[in-house]
Amino acid sequence: MSLLGRILRFCWSFVVGDDWRVAAGLLAALVVTWLLQREGVSAWWCLPFAVLLLLIGSVRREARAAG
Amino acid sequence: MSSAVLLFVGAFLASAVEAVEALTIVLAVGVVRGWRSTLLGVAAATILLATAIAVLGPALGELPISTLRLVVGALLLSFGLQWLRKAILRAGGVKPLRDEGAAFAAEREAAGDATPAPSRGVDWYAFTVAFKGVLLEGLEVAFIVIGFGSTHGRLGLAAGAAAAAVVLVVAVGLIVRGPLERVPENSLKFVVGVLLASFGTFWAGEGLGVDWPGDDLAIVGLVALIGLVSLLLARGLRERWAPLRPAPEHA
Repeated sequence: MSLLGRILRFCWSFVVGDDWRVAAGLLAALVVTWLLQREGVSAWWCLPFAVLLLLIGSVRREARAAG
Repeated sequence: MSSAVLLFVGAFLASAVEAVEALTIVLAVGVVRGWRSTLLGVAAATILLATAIAVLGPALGELPISTLRLVVGALLLSFGLQWLRKAILRAGGVKPLRDEGAAFAAEREAAGDATPAPSRGVDWYAFTVAFKGVLLEGLEVAFIVIGFGSTHGRLGLAAGAAAAAVVLVVAVGLIVRGPLERVPENSLKFVVGVLLASFGTFWAGEGLGVDWPGDDLAIVGLVALIGLVSLLLARGLRERWAPLRPAPEHA
């Protein structure tokens, strides 16, 4: 593997890790929070709610796959 | 005050975990291949890390604070959720616990199987393995320090916490002269995962212009909420999944 490939792989595993759905979900939550804030809605609850949902979903998926 | 304490604790514990992993690699290679080339690898990685931080660190001050908080917060959150997820799965018995003794033995065996160390000159195997180990774990420490410190204007506090953790781990490693097997690494990763996810949520929200109830005190609420849910998840896994599976082997 080339040096660039190894660097990209390191960045991917560092930022995205084993479960890409969590990273994609976080991105979606950030966009939704930004849109709500832009529309004048107080969206402080949005990110914590998304974080908990994503964490629970990811742990359950991994546990099911292992069991 | 409370956020400063949490920041110090988070940076200290996260850096200690990474330092334990780097020390395990360095000790294994040094014991088998000799110390000269191993320590040269450690020194080269340390110099490269220090140079990168010295060059990139001041550039962070040029970025708008809201952009910095959003980017660093999102990265901390993503990174923290990975740690937390693994720590929950390990605490619940779904994944085997990381064992520094086994990691040390595997690294030592690999070092022994490699081309024999030359009697003169640099042993490039020892140099490269020590260099890679310290550089990769060091990069994670640097990221954590910048993440914790820069967004709150407390880079010095976070850097001090990381330095204290590295000095403590190396000192204990020198006294014990072996891998730090008794460090409860999964418990540390659990706590650090909760802190990274909480700080990441807070700063990403700040970067997006969110008004947190209670301002900085919201971090304490996030730590409590994410910590409680994580503990309940680990307990649920232990009750539901562990009885169905054979006891995990330590690997």
